[in-house]
Amino acid sequence: MASHGIRDRVAIVGMGCTPFREHWDRSLDDLLIDAHGAALASAGIAKDDVDAYWYGTSQSSASGISLATPLRLDNRPVTRVENYCATGSEALRQACYAVASGAYDVAVAIGGEKVKDGGYQGLNAFPIPTDGTNRTLTAAAMFSLMLPAYAEAYGVDEDELRYVVAKIAEKNHFNGARNPLAQFRRETSAEAICEMAAVAGRLSVFDCAGVADGAAAAVVVPAERATDYTDAPLYVKALSLVAGDGSGLVDPEFDFTTLPECAAAATDAYAQAGITDPRTELAMAEVHDCFTPTELVLMEDLGFSERGSGWRDVLDGRFALDGDLPVNTDGGLKSFGHPVGASGLRMHYEAWLQLRGEAPEDRRVDTLETRSRALVHNLGGYPGEMVSFVGIWGTERD
Amino acid sequence: MSASRGILAYGAHVPYRRLDRAEIAAFLGTPAGRGHRAVASFDEDAVTMGVAAARSALAATGPDAAGPDAVWLSTVAAPYLDKTNATVLHAALRLDGSVPALDFGGAQRSAVGALRTALEAGRSTLVVSADVRVGRPGGPEDGGGGDAAAAVLVGSADDGPLVAEYLGGATATAEFTDRWRTPGDAHSRTWEDRFGEQAYAPLGTAAWADALAATGLTADDVDIAVVTGLHARAVRKVGSSLGVAVADDRSGDVGNSGAAHPGLLLADVLDGAEPGTVVALVVLADGCEVLLFRTTDALADRRPVRSVAAQVADRVDVPYARHLSWRGTLAIEPPNRPAPNRASSSAALRRTDWKHGFVGSTDRTTGVTHLPPSRVGIAGGAVDDMDPAPMADAVGTIATFTVDRLAYSPSPPVVFAVVDFDGGGRMPIELTDVDPAEVAIGDRIEMTFRRMFTADGLHNYFWKGRPARG
Repeated sequence: MASHGIRDRVAIVGMGCTPFREHWDRSLDDLLIDAHGAALASAGIAKDDVDAYWYGTSQSSASGISLATPLRLDNRPVTRVENYCATGSEALRQACYAVASGAYDVAVAIGGEKVKDGGYQGLNAFPIPTDGTNRTLTAAAMFSLMLPAYAEAYGVDEDELRYVVAKIAEKNHFNGARNPLAQFRRETSAEAICEMAAVAGRLSVFDCAGVADGAAAAVVVPAERATDYTDAPLYVKALSLVAGDGSGLVDPEFDFTTLPECAAAATDAYAQAGITDPRTELAMAEVHDCFTPTELVLMEDLGFSERGSGWRDVLDGRFALDGDLPVNTDGGLKSFGHPVGASGLRMHYEAWLQLRGEAPEDRRVDTLETRSRALVHNLGGYPGEMVSFVGIWGTERD
Repeated sequence: MSASRGILAYGAHVPYRRLDRAEIAAFLGTPAGRGHRAVASFDEDAVTMGVAAARSALAATGPDAAGPDAVWLSTVAAPYLDKTNATVLHAALRLDGSVPALDFGGAQRSAVGALRTALEAGRSTLVVSADVRVGRPGGPEDGGGGDAAAAVLVGSADDGPLVAEYLGGATATAEFTDRWRTPGDAHSRTWEDRFGEQAYAPLGTAAWADALAATGLTADDVDIAVVTGLHARAVRKVGSSLGVAVADDRSGDVGNSGAAHPGLLLADVLDGAEPGTVVALVVLADGCEVLLFRTTDALADRRPVRSVAAQVADRVDVPYARHLSWRGTLAIEPPNRPAPNRASSSAALRRTDWKHGFVGSTDRTTGVTHLPPSRVGIAGGAVDDMDPAPMADAVGTIATFTVDRLAYSPSPPVVFAVVDFDGGGRMPIELTDVDPAEVAIGDRIEMTFRRMFTADGLHNYFWKGRPARG
């Protein structure tokens, strides 16, 4: 298998992101128009400058027409992209490859989701006809399977582990409180979260991503022309995607303490980017904290912590805003909210702000003096069967 | 002379849940007697309970025994009309397509009639009876009814060792309306008690006399009589007139399980009978059926793993309101999530071995068992090189678990575990008959056939795990 990557061949030169909210008064079209407009303004371009679009939405609409119509695009190619909760990153990945191939000069990746028009709380999968033997479990419950498994595997007391993951929510709420676009802007404490009623395994509602509507977009151009648009482009260092084969749900060897697809995508991405020690080389990371145990396990799968010691690093504050490696500085899915098709692009939006020194002062990372790269991790699916995206971006062209 | 016929094996199913009748009195303020009734779980019905009883009976014949030539299901609580219910049993038991599966529906009498018909016919037949007895809150069947199933494998001595030889029997038939239910009604209605008692008494007397005459026995030759029917006073009156010891009717700890009750009580007696015991089965249902059996030496080696008494002892009480909600009498608020869509009939047919039989596949090269069955192995790269892996009888261990209080369920919460089976194979699967607070990594799990949910009137059957009670 070869994975050459397109390191330094394309760059993001503009981004936009709407607030993530329960947007009762705004349609999906409204959100797409706003994110698109903000991204183009950020790059200093007009609609006619864009050659092609990749439009990510999980279940809010079906085809490229759903973007071309509200934006009134003039005979442009629009590809609709779907890859579960990694949809937004996947749209960006496709746009990057299209530009790297030379097929287009300017591409836009845009993701959006309208989840609050369904009438039910939480995210609900589109019903596909089946033989009736498939699970009907919620995503929260699927990810909660990792807690007892992790406690058992590493001999961590279950109550302590429950507190550890609540600390992750506490951190992400702290960060989200400093983010005007975030859905939840109130700090909370791990102690308060531990007091809440369990809804899935040991997890409470506050261990789950916020459910919000929103959209985000990025403008991608060839790297050699990036500075035509901005003084501070983000150059692609790595783009990796792994679609798991589902063997974790078949093979008793899989122990639910790891997300192997994420570890594999990270290994591939580090190789593409030439990163050997992510802990000291990355300025920050945005990771897919759909549920608090996910972020715990990801710290190990992405190589930020040794196996079995991620929980200690969480307690030590290593991933806090002022920690050695800040993670989810914008509040993450937990606090920013999770409009499925937009989330991957929202993660990139935070990397865009932080690496360019544009994040609001009260959540700006102080790792930039010696580091210039950020990691974005975005997954879709469940422990045992998921897709995982890892992207690495930097302000320097090597 | 043809080989003697009788019972080759038998099995019973008593649900894990019980209702303490004192709960009815506490809830409604009206007395409902003492003791318990058996309660089918929210995911059980006549078909799933029938499968449990049938699996128990067939397991007692040993792994090398030939399957039955036919399977018949009798129930007053059929999950389907128009569509045959016994075909679901047939699929769950993985019987050959050449084996007919038929429903005997509509009345308690059908169940004992099916048993008698099988005994007096020429093939081996798995006679299954099951019932879910629903009464109006506070009514006699609400507390006095019971949910259960029984299975009797009938055949000749040529089919295998008989555990009880059929000696003969007799019938009395009469048309009178003591108990009735109109299609669509959830419960039955009855005439005044005294009428049925006097109507049944002479029918019992006549059938008993005819059965003794037909078999050349006297009452003194009969060691024990199982006497049952839905008219309690008539059952007591006829029972006391036989001149034979009458078996416990399990009214105190199961309740009267209607169509299933003759088979259940017969199983209960056979569980404890010595060889050479003459057993009478007397059933009052729109007349009277009497069947006489004599147990054999083979009985000791061919009893089901779980006796009726053991199942009765293995119980957890269910609150009265939950009992009512399980039967649809009390509509409770479901989680605010979309209810599942109906299962696809075409997809279900393509995978009936998996869905109904819990048959996975094992890679011939790597030996890895795949649940559900897979054309391509997770290791080794072979394509279409797998053997069927029947897993319904496998026992496994919980690798991890959760309790989902958000997911849609007919009876939340959903308890769910990743189960690793002895000898290979993993399945993340819903658990049932389990206390959510007591699930732990390492717990042992066995499989049970259940109704997952109903959508668009279509019952979705599949397998769940439950704590192994072997």
